[in-house]
Amino acid sequence: MSDIRSSGPRAPIDSAGDRPDIAVSAADLVKSFQTPAGEVPVLRGVDLSLVRGESVAITGESGSGKSTLLHLIGGLDVADAGTLTVLGTDLRRADDRTRASLRRTGVGMIFQQFNLIPSLTVSANLAFQARLAVRYDPGRVARLAADLGLAALMDRYPEQLSGGQQQRVAIGRALAANPPLVLADEPTGNLDEETGDAVAGLLLSLVRQQGTTLALVTHSPRLAGLCDRRVHLRAGRLA
Amino acid sequence: MIGRARLVLWALLSHWRRHPLQLAMLLSGLMLATALWSGVQAVNAEARASYAAASDRLGAGSLSRLEPAPGQALTTADHVALRRAGWLVSPVVEGRLRAGSARVAVLGIEPLTRIGLTPEADGPGPDPTGDLHGFITAPGIGYSDASTAAILEGVDLGGLVLRVDPETPPNTLIVDVGIAQRLLGLGDQLTALTLAPDQPAGLPALARIAPDLVVVDPGQGGADPAALTDSFHLNLTAFALLSFIVGLFITQSAVGLAFEQRRPMVRTLRALGVPRSEVLGVIAAELVLAALLAGAAGIVLGWVMAAALMPGVAATLAGLYGADVAGTLALRPVWILSGLGMALAGTALAGAQGLIRTARMPLLAAGQSTAWADATSRSLRRQAAAAMVLALGVPLCLVIGGLVGGFAALACGLLAAALLLPVALDGALRLARRRVTGVLGSWFVADTRQQLGGLSLALMALMLALAANIGVGTMVGSFRGTFTGWLDQRLASELYVTARTEDEAAALRRWLAPRVDAILPIWNADAPLMGQPGKVYGVADHQTYREHWPLLSARPDVWDELAQGRVVLINEQLARRHDLTLGDDLQLPGGALPIAGIYSDYGNPSPQAIVGLDDFTRRFPDTPRLYQAVRVAPDRAAPLAEALRDRFDLPASAVVDQHQAKQVSLQIFDRTFAVTAALNVLTLGVAGIALLTGLLTLASMRLPQLAPVWAAGLPRARLARLDLLRTLLLAAATAIYAVPVGLGLAWMLLTVVNVEAFGWRLPMQVAPGLLARLGLAALLTALAAGALPAWRLARITPSRLLRVFADER
Repeated sequence: MSDIRSSGPRAPIDSAGDRPDIAVSAADLVKSFQTPAGEVPVLRGVDLSLVRGESVAITGESGSGKSTLLHLIGGLDVADAGTLTVLGTDLRRADDRTRASLRRTGVGMIFQQFNLIPSLTVSANLAFQARLAVRYDPGRVARLAADLGLAALMDRYPEQLSGGQQQRVAIGRALAANPPLVLADEPTGNLDEETGDAVAGLLLSLVRQQGTTLALVTHSPRLAGLCDRRVHLRAGRLA
Repeated sequence: MIGRARLVLWALLSHWRRHPLQLAMLLSGLMLATALWSGVQAVNAEARASYAAASDRLGAGSLSRLEPAPGQALTTADHVALRRAGWLVSPVVEGRLRAGSARVAVLGIEPLTRIGLTPEADGPGPDPTGDLHGFITAPGIGYSDASTAAILEGVDLGGLVLRVDPETPPNTLIVDVGIAQRLLGLGDQLTALTLAPDQPAGLPALARIAPDLVVVDPGQGGADPAALTDSFHLNLTAFALLSFIVGLFITQSAVGLAFEQRRPMVRTLRALGVPRSEVLGVIAAELVLAALLAGAAGIVLGWVMAAALMPGVAATLAGLYGADVAGTLALRPVWILSGLGMALAGTALAGAQGLIRTARMPLLAAGQSTAWADATSRSLRRQAAAAMVLALGVPLCLVIGGLVGGFAALACGLLAAALLLPVALDGALRLARRRVTGVLGSWFVADTRQQLGGLSLALMALMLALAANIGVGTMVGSFRGTFTGWLDQRLASELYVTARTEDEAAALRRWLAPRVDAILPIWNADAPLMGQPGKVYGVADHQTYREHWPLLSARPDVWDELAQGRVVLINEQLARRHDLTLGDDLQLPGGALPIAGIYSDYGNPSPQAIVGLDDFTRRFPDTPRLYQAVRVAPDRAAPLAEALRDRFDLPASAVVDQHQAKQVSLQIFDRTFAVTAALNVLTLGVAGIALLTGLLTLASMRLPQLAPVWAAGLPRARLARLDLLRTLLLAAATAIYAVPVGLGLAWMLLTVVNVEAFGWRLPMQVAPGLLARLGLAALLTALAAGALPAWRLARITPSRLLRVFADER
């Protein structure tokens, strides 16, 4: 299972990045943001490893650094210090193109705001990342659409869908390319409880079915409880 | 990677499929900008090609000429003497032949001596050596283009065989030098001898063989149409550039909106693994695609526009400068390329800000599309500072002087005024906020202020269009008013009679003498004035001149001194060009005279001088005396003209009454400025589209501001009416702001640009009617532009508004 360490004495985990069963390996990750009021530290030294195939819920209060940690793992942002290896790629040393390549082929991102392409239909949105990753399989997309209950909505545009439907499209888009790692940032945060539970259930069942690693940021203890493991961030450190 | 780029391009283009109106705005802005620019460039290119063709045909483009010194003549004998002495020269005869109401330029050449002067003298066009015998022996062969051949149809050319040659310059007849002398009644006189640039060694000095001839270098003559009309073409180019900028405002507005609306999409694309450089590259490719599409359409539209404008431009050039330009248009690759180049450059300008913002956009920043519409006080301060810098450029450019300096000063002034407009409107709204007390009024003012940033580009475009209309309209109005008054002064006599021969002129005068109050001979001769080709007139001593002649400045006893042959009058152009004032001496054939008066002479590009009639006959004894004015009671003018034509079998054009002459002059004037009027209307139309684009842009972005007001109880129809009212108020404020800017523009055009371009200074006449008309035009433009967004708002569904409050938005 996973090896979760909070701050404290830094254990050498460099070797974890080279292990084939480790999807994510972070050590002593530090990240701050510049604001008009000065530098605000968000992550103050986070150590985290994710084993392939497991689902991990990252919880914590607002401002504790959950989303920032997820963004660093997804290569959307770069840590100020520490080491971070995702699917064998050293993200601290990777340039923009390498990080983009990792996002394209290795990571499926699911956002709280769905981030669908508003001018493309459901069908085109579902297939989009798979086509970017050159892994487009129409049969797989059709199966995912059916599993997610989207088969009847394929020609609609995002603005014609409810929030729950849009989030299901976002999940389908993330999984259509069959990425080894899925990162979900508050995927049910914009949905009511019932819809949120349905969406979360679908997500978890699909990633388990495919053996995908999942890191999921959430405020919801119920959703966190559905994951294999749960880590809690407090004031920029794992508690 | 190409497949990925195509996928990204497909996603980006899908935005336009969902927003076709926005795409139409983007393309139409670019298309209009390109059309106005390339249309005017096509007109300019055509005119310049005509000048070049004329120059090539005359072989005078780069060759020096021998011309007679003031008061001297150049004859065939001089030519023979020079040839015998070994000089490589070729004779040229130039003149104008009357053909009904038109006058055709006659160019007489000597094909045998002309060949070999330079390669350009053997350039394209009619080749007289093809039928040399027919060309040089009576009745001769003449070459002209088709339209000139049509004009010459029915004119007695002494049996001359006319051959149509499309490469002959417009309104020109090319004949052998001897035939030209016969057609123009010049005897053995020549106009000039063209000098070959490479002459044999050891020739005797010119001064010894032909002491009465002077060498005139190319460009020195001052009659080159290309040089004379430069100001006109610069004027048109400036107008086209202004229209281009107004068109770019539309493009900038549409592109800016597209960038803002697609920010979330760009962020998503990057989050899904498309590198930043690829996103930027694909957006740039998309812009290039749009530029090429709209540019190509703009070139076609520009071509149509140019073809429609060309006859007007040809009339302008003939009326103002006496330059002959074909009234038709030829397709020239250079302006197609320049049109596409401008479309690409304009798109790059319009898209640069969006591309830079996208390049700098952090992947994780929240996409606040309303930021685009925010008129922050910081950006307003920056705009005000930029306007101040540009305003400082106005006096600097005026110090530099010249036509380019004048136009640069205009550009600085206009841009400064445009940049200050949002600052001024924001200030006015701040003041209004303090005065308004009601809840709805306060919201209305605050909401208008919030929208100012999004609408400022469109309002700036409207302001520029209105100011250009006011400026150019006031200039043309002042010109017309002054010109009409000037015509009344210049055409004070009731009839103007032209005889065909001197004998006929004498008989005419004898017949008229007992029937009229006075006969005022007006004789003229070509003569160089201050080194430039000009005309000297001889006028009789008569009360008509003393009472009516439009003198700008004069010595008190000017007419007495003129009658005694002791002084000369000169036109304003000559005085300004050479900085001549009263009391200065002017060199004339037969001796210099002091200048005793300066008169206005609108519409004439050349220098002109007036001497007393007796003095004139002494200085120019051989000049034909064919033209005279006749004073007679106004009610007797028409029957007298009729009787005169019957008695002497004169053509209708030989007797012109004052009314007719004024009508013709005003018609020419109005035709001259028809092009400007057309460009004015087009610019205002483009500004209207810019305003529509801005309003539609805002309409899609301001639902979050409108929804709470609607929810608070303001019906949609009322919101729509308020929106329309806001547009009208902003347009009215912009129109008021444009008045001083436009009048400033008119002042600059009249006192700086016109003086540089034409040599005349006109008094400014503000026309309240013009201002009222343009104010109305601004409101109508705003009404047309605001109607669609208001109608849409009135019909928006409640669910659309409710979505603003929904979590899932």
